[in-house]
Amino acid sequence: MGKGLIGKKVGMTQVFDGEGNRVAVTVVKVDGNVVVQKKSAHGKDGYSALKVGFGDVKKLEKEGTEPRWRLNKPRTGVFLKAGIDRPRRHLREFRMPETALDNYEVGQELGADTFNNGDWIDVTGTSKGRGFTGVMKRHNFAGAKASHGVHEFFRHGGSIGMSATPGRVFRGKKMAGQHGNARVTVQNLRIMGVMPEENALMIRGGIPGPNGGIVTIRPAIKKQTT
Amino acid sequence: MELLKKIGEQHLRTDHPEFRAGDTVRIHMTIREGEKERVQIFEGVVIGRSGAGVEETMTVRKVSYGVGVERIFPVHSPRIAKIEVASIGRVRRAKLYYLRNLSGKSARIRSKRSRKGV
Repeated sequence: MGKGLIGKKVGMTQVFDGEGNRVAVTVVKVDGNVVVQKKSAHGKDGYSALKVGFGDVKKLEKEGTEPRWRLNKPRTGVFLKAGIDRPRRHLREFRMPETALDNYEVGQELGADTFNNGDWIDVTGTSKGRGFTGVMKRHNFAGAKASHGVHEFFRHGGSIGMSATPGRVFRGKKMAGQHGNARVTVQNLRIMGVMPEENALMIRGGIPGPNGGIVTIRPAIKKQTT
Repeated sequence: MELLKKIGEQHLRTDHPEFRAGDTVRIHMTIREGEKERVQIFEGVVIGRSGAGVEETMTVRKVSYGVGVERIFPVHSPRIAKIEVASIGRVRRAKLYYLRNLSGKSARIRSKRSRKGV
């Protein structure tokens, strides 16, 4: 039951399902996932989780110098200590019960076949940054009328509260500000296809972030079967 | 991008005849009503094709009881049983949106006997 993968969003396309319906899918490449560490609730970590690495790191090879990885020493050390000769760029942890950890070995490579066709999953990523945006784009406010005497108030949010009572603006009031570039999880997506030879997954629907963005794939928390 | 193309290629249909904007086509759609399946024919002028690969669609326009009807079909949909090219039209645009503003005689498209290379 406990599983997870890190992947890279390749892009979106569409496929036809068995009934001939057009289905929008996102393709995620998951090659090179490797188990780095198993955390135990009884050890010094205090909780059980699987630490997984993903993403290529360039090796610097120059005449007369030791070959180095384009990754700082502490990060490289995490992998070397685990006996993995090729460090990865990204690390993520997947919480799972202690019993599920027995299915994994440190150094084991995980691929697309970790998940099956039709599995329900949650996908977490960093959404596209939109910068400082107004309330219409950020919170879908309606703005003001374009005519009927509206004067210099077209894209404003209107009133932000009452007067002397309560004499303040309520916490959490929707206003303009940074939009996007935040951690977003999309729940209850479905695996439409597993491509073991490409080490890629097809996920029904959209997932956060730009093409090339790093996403984590977990079993859907709200659709757990076993 | 390579991977996306590869996925799309598995769904491409290669059994369709070549057709372009201006051609009159008969599209045989399989329609499922409960358990039964039947074929419905939509005949009209292709007024444009858009997109590439599996995502390609075509817009077909016909005038039905005096009302213009346009339907957008995914070219590679497995629900299309067959496409027949009824006539080849001689047009000078890729998108024939101007037909929407025309009716009667002026909305006709001159037909061509054949197309080079077809």
